[in-house]
Amino acid sequence: MEFLSYLISGISLGSVYAIIALGYTMVYGIAKMLNFAHGDVIMVGGYISFCAMSYLELPGWLSVVLAMAVCTVLGVVIEGLAYKPLRQATSLAVLITAIGVSYFLQNAAQLIWGASPKGYTPLVPALNAKGEPNALQLFDGQLSIPYLSLLIMAVCIIVMVALTFFTGQTKLGKAMRACSEDKGAAQLMGINVNRTISVTFAIGSALAAVAGVLLCSFTTSLMPTTGSMPGIKAFTAAVFGGIGSIPGAFLGGILLGIIESLAKAYISTQLANAILFAVLIIVLLVRPSGLLGKYVPEKV
Amino acid sequence: MLKVNDINVYYGAIHAIKGVSFHVNAGEVVTLIGANGAGKSTTLNTVCGLLHTRTGSIEFLGQNLAGIPAHKLVERGLAHVPEGRRIFQQMTVEENLEMGAYTQPRSGIDPNLERVYEQFPRLKERRKQVAGTLSGGEQQMLAMGRGLMSNPKLLMLDEPSMGLAPILVEQIFDIINRLHHAGTTILLVEQNARMALSVADRGYVLETGKIVATGTGDELLHDEAVKKAYLGG
Repeated sequence: MEFLSYLISGISLGSVYAIIALGYTMVYGIAKMLNFAHGDVIMVGGYISFCAMSYLELPGWLSVVLAMAVCTVLGVVIEGLAYKPLRQATSLAVLITAIGVSYFLQNAAQLIWGASPKGYTPLVPALNAKGEPNALQLFDGQLSIPYLSLLIMAVCIIVMVALTFFTGQTKLGKAMRACSEDKGAAQLMGINVNRTISVTFAIGSALAAVAGVLLCSFTTSLMPTTGSMPGIKAFTAAVFGGIGSIPGAFLGGILLGIIESLAKAYISTQLANAILFAVLIIVLLVRPSGLLGKYVPEKV
Repeated sequence: MLKVNDINVYYGAIHAIKGVSFHVNAGEVVTLIGANGAGKSTTLNTVCGLLHTRTGSIEFLGQNLAGIPAHKLVERGLAHVPEGRRIFQQMTVEENLEMGAYTQPRSGIDPNLERVYEQFPRLKERRKQVAGTLSGGEQQMLAMGRGLMSNPKLLMLDEPSMGLAPILVEQIFDIINRLHHAGTTILLVEQNARMALSVADRGYVLETGKIVATGTGDELLHDEAVKKAYLGG
């Protein structure tokens, strides 16, 4: 029973990683760049939601909508100002710019909101009005699943299904896949590649805002560096699952969450991250393209 | 329909196209032939907006194309089937064709699909198949079908016979002939000069970025210099 509760906690933490990883993987798939600032957009999303709830006293769900709107705009602006001028530059230049944007966002957040952690009120509080745990009790209360965890998992599944539908069935989604394969040929089809990349950043950043709110609800605290470690882990998850692949990011995120949770519970809290990254290295040694990395036999 | 006027194109410091002029009339098949590196593909890529001229002008349907990005030219009726086919390998045959109709209204997609499937029955058989698994000839058909999905007024084909077995090359040229008879205007770039000239109304010979000869397909087929240089004596 104990194992099961660690497993569930791992899956819900992994669901947050998966949502972040989906943003990473979409941007990588289409723009062929690692947006290292993605984790910091999560942090901005967290702060926007925090301010909306604490200062404007808006309800939680509305704070999420507001955070998504702000992050969408932020993502498109970052892409337009920092990445678009480098479209023809080497990938190394873009990577360094992304790292720069990441530090810029962290320092800007520190200027605006200060360095000390803020207490974040979770979307679903841990205890209800009567002081009982806000959780689903199973097996006569032996297994307790927090409603927050259920919410996180549900959101993750909805996001995953929606993205799969979007890229598989809609015109814009298919255009994104076309751009991800061959930008020149996509242009010859009449696809506006720059606009498609902007839309990808918009979607990725909106997801980052959702992830930010869920992450802060999980950890109940918020500071300017909140996004960086989960950002790196989600990037790991995306590589783990096969970067560029949507189901891969989902699977990678969930597995990473489970490994982290179980490693913390049964091996060592301090070593959890080391174990996590060790598993990544082993997986990449065995399967360089990740668990679900794309491999299509191509005839020429 | 298409009027290319004394264009000069550079790759950095390299002067790739040196004052090239040619035109294509409605309903014609015009071919640009020449050796590797003569500037044939560069010319096509310039017409379709992927590369830019330094001087000179390109007019399509009476409008100057300067400064119009490549993706806007498709709406105007210019379709380019690029060298090496460049199909979307990880998408299905039908998705590739849908991408070809990206600029078309939703209602226009199905009739176009029907028409392309009629031209290329093989593509219909394989519509749900991932394009990367098609054979070379089928991929070329897909690339051409994809180009036709946008209802182009001018179809530009860049080396459609490249890397194909002789029997497939003949098939591809049969298709070009059929398209021609159906009234499609085609600008064809080819290394296979004999085949290209036999289907073309007119041809231009490119040599190191310059046009060195022009005439009807027949005239060029029987031109001594062209014979020697491109038709194997």
